[in-house]
Amino acid sequence: MTSGDTPYPAKITVVDSTLRDGSHAKRHRLTVEQVRAVAGALDGAGVPWVEVSHGDGLGGSSLNYGLSLVDELELIAAATSVLTTSRLAVLLLPGIGTKDDLARARDLGAALVRVATHCTEADIAPQHLGLARDLGMTAVGFLMMAHLAPPEALATQARIMADAGAEVVYVTDSAGALLPSRAAERVEALRAVLPTDVAIGFHGHMNLDLGVANSIAAVRAGATWVDGATCGMGAGAGNTPTEVLAAVCDLEGIETGIDTFAAMDVAEDIVRPILDRLPFVGRSSLLLGYCGVYGSFLLHAEQAAKRFGVSEKEILLEVGRRKAVGGQEDMIVEVGAELAGLGLRQPGREA
Amino acid sequence: MADIDVNLTELPAAGAGARRPCMVLGTGNIGTDLMAKLLRSDGLELTAVVGIDPASPGLARAREAGLEASAEGIDWLLAAASPATIVFDATSAGAHRDHAPRLAAAGLRCIDLTPAKLGPSVVPVVNLDDHLDAPEINLITCGGQATIPIVAAVARVTEVPYAEMISAVASLSAGPGTRANIDEFTRATARGLEEIGGATRGKAIIVLNPADPPILMRNTVFCALDAGADQAAVAGSIAVMAAEVATYVPGYRLTTEPVFDDGRVSVFLEVTGAGDFLPPYAGNLDIMTAAAVRVGEELAKASLLEGVAQ
Repeated sequence: MTSGDTPYPAKITVVDSTLRDGSHAKRHRLTVEQVRAVAGALDGAGVPWVEVSHGDGLGGSSLNYGLSLVDELELIAAATSVLTTSRLAVLLLPGIGTKDDLARARDLGAALVRVATHCTEADIAPQHLGLARDLGMTAVGFLMMAHLAPPEALATQARIMADAGAEVVYVTDSAGALLPSRAAERVEALRAVLPTDVAIGFHGHMNLDLGVANSIAAVRAGATWVDGATCGMGAGAGNTPTEVLAAVCDLEGIETGIDTFAAMDVAEDIVRPILDRLPFVGRSSLLLGYCGVYGSFLLHAEQAAKRFGVSEKEILLEVGRRKAVGGQEDMIVEVGAELAGLGLRQPGREA
Repeated sequence: MADIDVNLTELPAAGAGARRPCMVLGTGNIGTDLMAKLLRSDGLELTAVVGIDPASPGLARAREAGLEASAEGIDWLLAAASPATIVFDATSAGAHRDHAPRLAAAGLRCIDLTPAKLGPSVVPVVNLDDHLDAPEINLITCGGQATIPIVAAVARVTEVPYAEMISAVASLSAGPGTRANIDEFTRATARGLEEIGGATRGKAIIVLNPADPPILMRNTVFCALDAGADQAAVAGSIAVMAAEVATYVPGYRLTTEPVFDDGRVSVFLEVTGAGDFLPPYAGNLDIMTAAAVRVGEELAKASLLEGVAQ
């Protein structure tokens, strides 16, 4: 469909989400020292945007998603203090974070916010996109679980975000479930309906090992913003690794502005030592991609499986069957409890 | 079912068997669902449904039910209401801000289902007794109605330093007002967990789920507990509270036993709507209209008792 006949955009803008999506992989236990080291190194490598927030966005610190070891505002301030040319981005999910959270992050130096909604729920974003514009921030829409919406439906949602002030709208593959052709179709559909001054972004995961390939397909289709996480540190099997993305873009003639060798050093010397485990397409993360389940459910399912002595695979499959969307981590505990026989819904046990 | 032929003027004065008159302001989905519930209330007699759009299907439904129905809004209502009339406002926050001072000036009690939140916030099973005299009462949020009782149930047994709720509702059941003001949900609900539920600190999260067929409203409540908390007492208190809520929201039920670990109790519950007018999956809307009717009935009961006392 888009087999190279479309000219590449000459230049893309990379957002490194190691200190936001990577928060999931760290169970939200990032320290000030780690944040300062990673942010400083990314700045040195010329990565234009560094995202820092709880994995579930501003205000995400909770029993549901995991309590932050260090208040994210402290982490944001720590990152801002070491950035020289890179700028700081944050994530906000309406329904979890509030406008107050956004205003506080902005006061600490956040210059861009990705306002993230499920791919069919863009109309909960205008309050926050509008505030971002009012605060002089770059306003970005982030349509999560994009594999669940057909291209035209996704484009309609993107239009809602653009109309509310988004300057960039992302196709966000939260489950790492897209294939290159499907990523490209979605970007093309957005391009067809969005005003020319609204850019399109792509956020990929590695659950099917396709983060880099999907990103290149998205760029071919017209995306000019692409997310990575250094060493792939992120939810599920990890994100598109920033250093690999930079290298592949070099080889493809796509300009990122990133010093690729420096990005490799950040990955090897700074991020790899703080990984709790290497991002890997194991059975559970592969299941996420294969069944299209929200990436950050992975560690929660592992925990619930241990807690209730039930199968992690069964939990993920059942959560998928119940059509949980991003943010419904609580359902993992409920399903675990039910699989362990604590449920009250079985026949004869009606409450 | 409902005895809708009774003429207000034929009602006996306050006394055994008397039903207190009420009107519904607003003819959308919520107003129509309220109408269905009020038509079978023992304590309240619905006398009129009032809107502003003559073509509104809600008004047509009210007429079909044999009720008086007016498209002339608050002006008509103020002229037609007796001093005892309880007004259920199911319009919008903006409209309610206009209605509130006029209802208050006329001395009419109001139960506000909009997000305007001008009067005290009430969960019927928790704090209605504190506000029986309030000129108007607001019902917080659907998630608040579902989860604050659980926090209160825990807090009456042991200290709750922190409570957190997560509501997942079907996308189809979240209207444009909720969507455009989603921060209001999280703020108002978190405040309710603290001020009414009794948690020292509260946090609220809402998730919209577009699954088809639509999901039932589901809620999770996490309460942090002291190490020495009496788990059996907490579980017992939760069970009693859930049963009390179910007396006016029949589809309210726990989906698992409370889970105690990690210094917290986790409570999972689901709300199936009664399917009066709104579809059964919209438990989040049903719990609001059901709570409103319960508040109205309690106000009616309290006024009857007053009448007896006088």
